Amino acid sequence: MRHTISVLVENKFGVLARIAGLFSARGYNIASLAVSETLDPTISYMTIVVEAQDEKILEQIKKQLNKLIDVITVTDFTKKEHIDRELVLTKINYSPKDKEKLESIFLKYVGKIIHCKDDIAIIEAVGNHVQIKSLLEELDKFGIKELIRTGKLVISN
Amino acid sequence: MKGAQILLASLKKAGVEVIFGYPGGQVLPIFDALYDFNIKFILMRHEQGAAHAADGYARATGKVGVCLATSGPGATNLVTGIANAYMDSIPMVAITGQVGTHLIGNDAFQEADVTGITRPITKHNFLVKDVKDLARTIAEAFYIASSGRPGPVLIDIPVDVQRAEADFIWPEDIKIRSYQPTYFGHPGQIKKAAKLISLAKKPIIYAGGGVITSGAHFVLRELAERIQAPVTTTFMGLGCFPSTNKLYLGMLGMHGTAYANHATMEADLIIAVGARFDDRVTGRLDHFAPYAKVIHIDIDPSSISKNVKVEIPIVGDAKNIIGELLEEIKKVPDTSLWLKTVDAWKKKHPLTYKSSGKLLKPQYILEQLWGLTKGDAIICTEVGQSQMWACQWYKHLNPRTWISSGGLGTMGFGFPAAMGAKLGVPEKEVFNIAGDGSIQMNIQELATCVANKINVKVLIFNNGYLGMVRQWQELFYKKRYSYTPITSPDFVKLAESYGAVGMRVTKKEQVKKAIQKAMKINNTVFVEFIIEPEENVWPMVPAGHAINNMIDGLA
Repeated sequence: MRHTISVLVENKFGVLARIAGLFSARGYNIASLAVSETLDPTISYMTIVVEAQDEKILEQIKKQLNKLIDVITVTDFTKKEHIDRELVLTKINYSPKDKEKLESIFLKYVGKIIHCKDDIAIIEAVGNHVQIKSLLEELDKFGIKELIRTGKLVISN
Repeated sequence: MKGAQILLASLKKAGVEVIFGYPGGQVLPIFDALYDFNIKFILMRHEQGAAHAADGYARATGKVGVCLATSGPGATNLVTGIANAYMDSIPMVAITGQVGTHLIGNDAFQEADVTGITRPITKHNFLVKDVKDLARTIAEAFYIASSGRPGPVLIDIPVDVQRAEADFIWPEDIKIRSYQPTYFGHPGQIKKAAKLISLAKKPIIYAGGGVITSGAHFVLRELAERIQAPVTTTFMGLGCFPSTNKLYLGMLGMHGTAYANHATMEADLIIAVGARFDDRVTGRLDHFAPYAKVIHIDIDPSSISKNVKVEIPIVGDAKNIIGELLEEIKKVPDTSLWLKTVDAWKKKHPLTYKSSGKLLKPQYILEQLWGLTKGDAIICTEVGQSQMWACQWYKHLNPRTWISSGGLGTMGFGFPAAMGAKLGVPEKEVFNIAGDGSIQMNIQELATCVANKINVKVLIFNNGYLGMVRQWQELFYKKRYSYTPITSPDFVKLAESYGAVGMRVTKKEQVKKAIQKAMKINNTVFVEFIIEPEENVWPMVPAGHAINNMIDGLA
């Protein structure tokens, strides 16, 4: 099962390595990771998405995260109400005749063409996990050449 | 002041009495400052010895042990000792030199990413890049190492930081917002635990190293006697409950006593205190203690419900929690029938060995050692059969008198650890129980012992094998003794060549006299006992079996 965990940490060098180490030492792959400063520049906020085959091991990882000296709080959003968003940048095959089709797609999603050159368009889109998934399915019909994602951001509601 | 002087002044402020270490290129400023600084420094013969000596000092005294090494190989040589302290939750501060800040990451001479290497084996580590942060970092390191669940903390100090100038400001009060260990148990949980205890018919107390760390041995005894529950200890818990007490069951687990294992398997309540249900204790996990509800008292939340399902977790300091529990227990359970059952197991399955003809038995040597010391000594060990015999056959009475590598099982630990213990508690006689294999892993420290007049007694049980591995090969690998027969130097001559005293014992009637003689000699003594070569440690739970599924080759 996919888990979304947020970790509030001291904004110091080495903290990311400590956190990543707890996952890698147990053979867990981090599916996505977003890190940035908070309002208080001495604190950073990490959002980690991880696929956990064994809930018990994930429980251990959360306790171990809490045990790290530089970790302030750990929140598992999996069973908590939250809003999540992700920003996607993607390059797709493009010809001017596609413009209308694309515009109709963006009536359903938060996104737009931000750059066009020759036969390539760069698309920017924001949405939750489900929205991004179905948008990418639609864009795939044009042919996705490149895809870059920020990883999930979550906020409690 | 220069960074190096700030370091030493900070160590003084932190109450450090002795540093174990070794010089090198990237700690030259520190050693220059040490030259005329009033602090005891023990020059070891290997950095691994320095880490183990600091560890042994910490275990014997309860204070933070300190070791110091140069960058690169000096620091990597500390690694085993740091990992060892981490596994056994020992407070230690390891200080390493680092190449200059401008060279870090350049593969400079004797450079290693030591904070990277030690990240998973330290409670925390620091790279100090600015001399202004040095004093505060050291204060934080000592606070982190010694509070909560203790552990080793490493401070990596680049050589230019050691040379840089700053004012020395020692922070008297350390607060870390992201690190606040819990010391007092949740009152609701303690109430629930007290109720569960009063309802128990077959309770057992399972006590670990946390009891010693917290100084909870007195309240633990009070609890055991009040509720009349038998007590078993882990390897790390040896000494937290007197072996001579009639409620004591000895150690449980793979080489535990049969009666401790039976009692654990039949118990209806396990009160776990400062112990972590590791695999050497539980054996096959899904068969472990099937009838027991578990109350788990531990300062580290990540130790609770890690391996065994826990009914009542209580996070906090063992001494505080047991104290509160004692006040909360209104009704004491009637355990008289249970104690009778336990006593019957004790009579039916005592610890025993065959005292055969001519060859010396290690168990006999330990019985003699007990007879001569009556528990008033510090027993250090190496790792393997000799270590397990020392668990079983010496009657551990007091906390901080059993010093042995538990979680990591580090051969070569005992000898330098014994030196650290002796320096910390000079009034106590310190023994190191060693095998002929293990003693050769840090034997260079003989020079350190003699040079510093550190008077420890090393009892070498020489069976010509790496005995524990040989035992497993005998039992599980059809006696194919692959590379376990091992040769040794002449330990008597070797000791003498270092300026220590060597003795060799081959006969039963010499054992007591030899130990007595060694105790009278004001020098390091190696006493080599030529023992039965294929003696095994019994009883034994084969790996992956339930702990009441013991084998013993004595029948």
